[in-house]
Amino acid sequence: MGKKDLEKQDIGKTILEELTGGEPKEKRQKRGIWKILQIPALAILTGLIIGAVLIMATSFDVYDAFKVSLWKGLGTAFAEVGEAYLALITGSLGNPVEIVQALLYGDALDFRNAINPILESLVQSTPYIFAGLACALGFRAGLFNIGVEGQLFIGAAAATFVGYSLTGLPPYIHMPLAFLAGALGGALWGMVPGLLKATTGGHEVINCIMMNYIAYRFTTFLLTGPMSRPGTGGMPVSPIIEKSAQIPQFFKTPIRFHLGFFIALAFAALVWWVLFKTTLGLNLRTVGTNPRAAKYAGMNIIATTIIGMAASGALAGMAGANEVLAVNRSMAIGLSAGYGFDSIALALLGNSHPVGVIFAALLFGVLKNGATKMMVVSTIPIDIVTILQAVILIFVAAPAIIRSVYRLKQPKVEAAAIMLSGWGGVK
Amino acid sequence: MAPILQLKGITKQFPGVLANDHIDLTLNQGEILALLGENGAGKTTLMNILYGLYQPDEGEILVNGEKITIHSPTDAINAGIGMVHQHFMLIPVFTVTENVMLGSEPVKAGDFLDRPKTAAKIMEISSQYKLEVDPNDYVKDLPVGVQQRVEIIKLLYREANILIFDEPTAVLTPQEADDLFVIMRSLVKQGKSIIFITHKLREVLDVADRIMVIRRGAVVGEADPKQANRNKLAEMMVGREVNLVVEKDIKKPGDVILSIKDLVVTDQFKQVMVDKVSFEVHAGQILGIAGVQGNGQTELVEAITGLRKSVSGEIKFKGQSILNEPPRKITELGSAHVPEDRQADGLVLPFPVAENLVLCTYYKEPFSRGVVLQYEKILENSEKLVQDFDIRTPSSLTTVGSLSGGNQQKVIIARELSRPIELLVASQPTRGLDVGSIEYIHKRIVQKRDEGCAVLLVSPELDEVIELSDRIAVMYRGKIIALLEAEEVAKETLGLLMAGIVPDKIEKPQGQRVVETTF
Repeated sequence: MGKKDLEKQDIGKTILEELTGGEPKEKRQKRGIWKILQIPALAILTGLIIGAVLIMATSFDVYDAFKVSLWKGLGTAFAEVGEAYLALITGSLGNPVEIVQALLYGDALDFRNAINPILESLVQSTPYIFAGLACALGFRAGLFNIGVEGQLFIGAAAATFVGYSLTGLPPYIHMPLAFLAGALGGALWGMVPGLLKATTGGHEVINCIMMNYIAYRFTTFLLTGPMSRPGTGGMPVSPIIEKSAQIPQFFKTPIRFHLGFFIALAFAALVWWVLFKTTLGLNLRTVGTNPRAAKYAGMNIIATTIIGMAASGALAGMAGANEVLAVNRSMAIGLSAGYGFDSIALALLGNSHPVGVIFAALLFGVLKNGATKMMVVSTIPIDIVTILQAVILIFVAAPAIIRSVYRLKQPKVEAAAIMLSGWGGVK
Repeated sequence: MAPILQLKGITKQFPGVLANDHIDLTLNQGEILALLGENGAGKTTLMNILYGLYQPDEGEILVNGEKITIHSPTDAINAGIGMVHQHFMLIPVFTVTENVMLGSEPVKAGDFLDRPKTAAKIMEISSQYKLEVDPNDYVKDLPVGVQQRVEIIKLLYREANILIFDEPTAVLTPQEADDLFVIMRSLVKQGKSIIFITHKLREVLDVADRIMVIRRGAVVGEADPKQANRNKLAEMMVGREVNLVVEKDIKKPGDVILSIKDLVVTDQFKQVMVDKVSFEVHAGQILGIAGVQGNGQTELVEAITGLRKSVSGEIKFKGQSILNEPPRKITELGSAHVPEDRQADGLVLPFPVAENLVLCTYYKEPFSRGVVLQYEKILENSEKLVQDFDIRTPSSLTTVGSLSGGNQQKVIIARELSRPIELLVASQPTRGLDVGSIEYIHKRIVQKRDEGCAVLLVSPELDEVIELSDRIAVMYRGKIIALLEAEEVAKETLGLLMAGIVPDKIEKPQGQRVVETTF
């Protein structure tokens, strides 16, 4: 009894620290960066260990070497794993030796190339930040927005259309316009399940999944029909977006680091502010945590639900808009690498808190970027790389597994509560 | 003969709290021992030790003079100890038989469940102890009182000799509670022994053979129910003198604040729950609505506060119709609502105290400016109310969910009463609270009435209604079947009215009315 009380008090403090933007800063840091990082760190470690076994078990070189001798076999096995993981790290975070050399002897170009892996990881993280915010906002409002993927496609399509069809606009108008068109597209797409839930009680999970399918087929139709690029003979690719609508990249190719990353950070700050500092945020969180109390307090649950889904959809739409405006510069069918679904795991990992989402998105971006590099450099088959990525993600995204494997203490109950209210389908 | 159960020097320490401090307890065969104490006094911890859910740090447990250790509920059951929990451990979609046999299923012909055998035994137990339970009923179809009897049967089926009842009456109507006491007496008459945990004084005096009072984890005394009185027991329990009678002057009621005429409200199944109800509440008056739970009081309150749509009729607040208006509009006209279920409706448990204290006013100055919440003001407000209303919380930032029930209710009372209001709708404002909190909340409600606020009090606790109200309405099957001046009515009359029996003439009490309390 007493023990529980003490723990609970702690949660109370933690939550209000979030709400009020934090009491004494030192105190917060004292609570231990290790405590926050231990789960992801152990998850990555566990994922890498299992991945290593996988790499060894699927390499023909290793089997051949074992035929020669046990020692040679073991040697080859570890060499393979070492090579692969070295590629993973240098691919995502850069090669320290190169960075130091570039700093000492090279010119600006050498330096940029040396740190490009880090920049590329940030590029990969950007859509995850947007999509993760979308899910986190939904969770806070008691909504399980599993339709981020579809909203992302619609957002991308809307941004693309505004991006190529309008010409002659100055960049400072065209670019924000295209980006906001993406947000609007996503918002409208997200609002449909929100409306259905608020007015009829239809569960948003089911409706979101269906809206996803509609979004896929609808965008395919657009890209092969009205929005297809002239002269490609019906390839599902859109025309190239006008220069004035593109989100600028900071450096020359191949470095793709772009302004979108900072836009994403700005929106994370905005989401934090809205959730924890405004009346709308208190509405969203109250409806999400206890709808009956929200009704008692006179909050408009219908409006709040619709706004919650629309805002979540808008953030998802921005993820899509960002990808087409900043990275691809045109829209193709293979636009998303499952950002919408990864973002659910990511939001949970980040405790549905904007700051947590940023860190989780960075982690996802680093892993994704590193895995691509690993595929290029080492001899590991592409499928194994994908599996490896999934294994790490499983552990990262399901902290409960890590906690039970390493016998860590149960942490805050907050995330669980948020999850449940999302599934409860309470109207 | 050795006593059937003996606890010697049981001590249990939680971080920061000494939950049980060298507790000695003796239970003789065939007696009801009442364990009396406020919420958080350590009663439940002690019983959980006895039931194997906790291990004691020190002390020993003797059953029939033999020392035993209890590591799990299974050990406890094997030692003949059974517990009727406050929240039932039943599976609603199973029949009584299936629930009883669960965990020790008898089989026949290989691996088939032997339901008839269990059912027969249930019938036998049921008639032996006058439990009146049909083994073939589904638990979900049974009233709460009968579900509790199923729990008792479960224990008897497993041949428990020591029965622990943890706050058994918290979920029962007064009639069901009386039935339970008859059953308890019948159990001990046939050789069972009972530990009865409660914080309600009246029940203890009614049913116990011996009373043991626990405060802050230690035994503070024993009492004989034949000699003890309420004031003495309450004092032992709380550790200071408790004023069980609310002091309240006769006051002349003022203008009509709330007037209800021919109101009809249905539940979600379109069943009429409030049937053409009419009454008025005046300024400076407490109108108490008495009645067994489920007779339409919940729907009536929800209709008045805007949480439920009414079908027809009229609700006027200060002359203005509030029928089917949204809750926020009704609140803003100057009404306050203490909801029946504080955790479900009145609070957001994972939110801090400070935010819960502005749940109805957060969108107004000074707590927000435009859309921006002013957390400095919200915290200031919270610090002040925590002081004024004596809310025991480590800080304004603590989540409400981690406070005790009494303090949770004080958060609601503080929030609702600190606003300028002219109408207070209080639904079961002291449900499940300890003596100290009840005393405090009653005082606050009367104080509000003295300030000229109209109060509508709904409570299934007859004593609470009698003690607080100026006028009493009795609700039965959706209708108000009597509207009486509180000073003129005897408790027995109200009891009959609650059961739907209207006496030929309303009796006047003999001599001075004895004020009973809720405990």
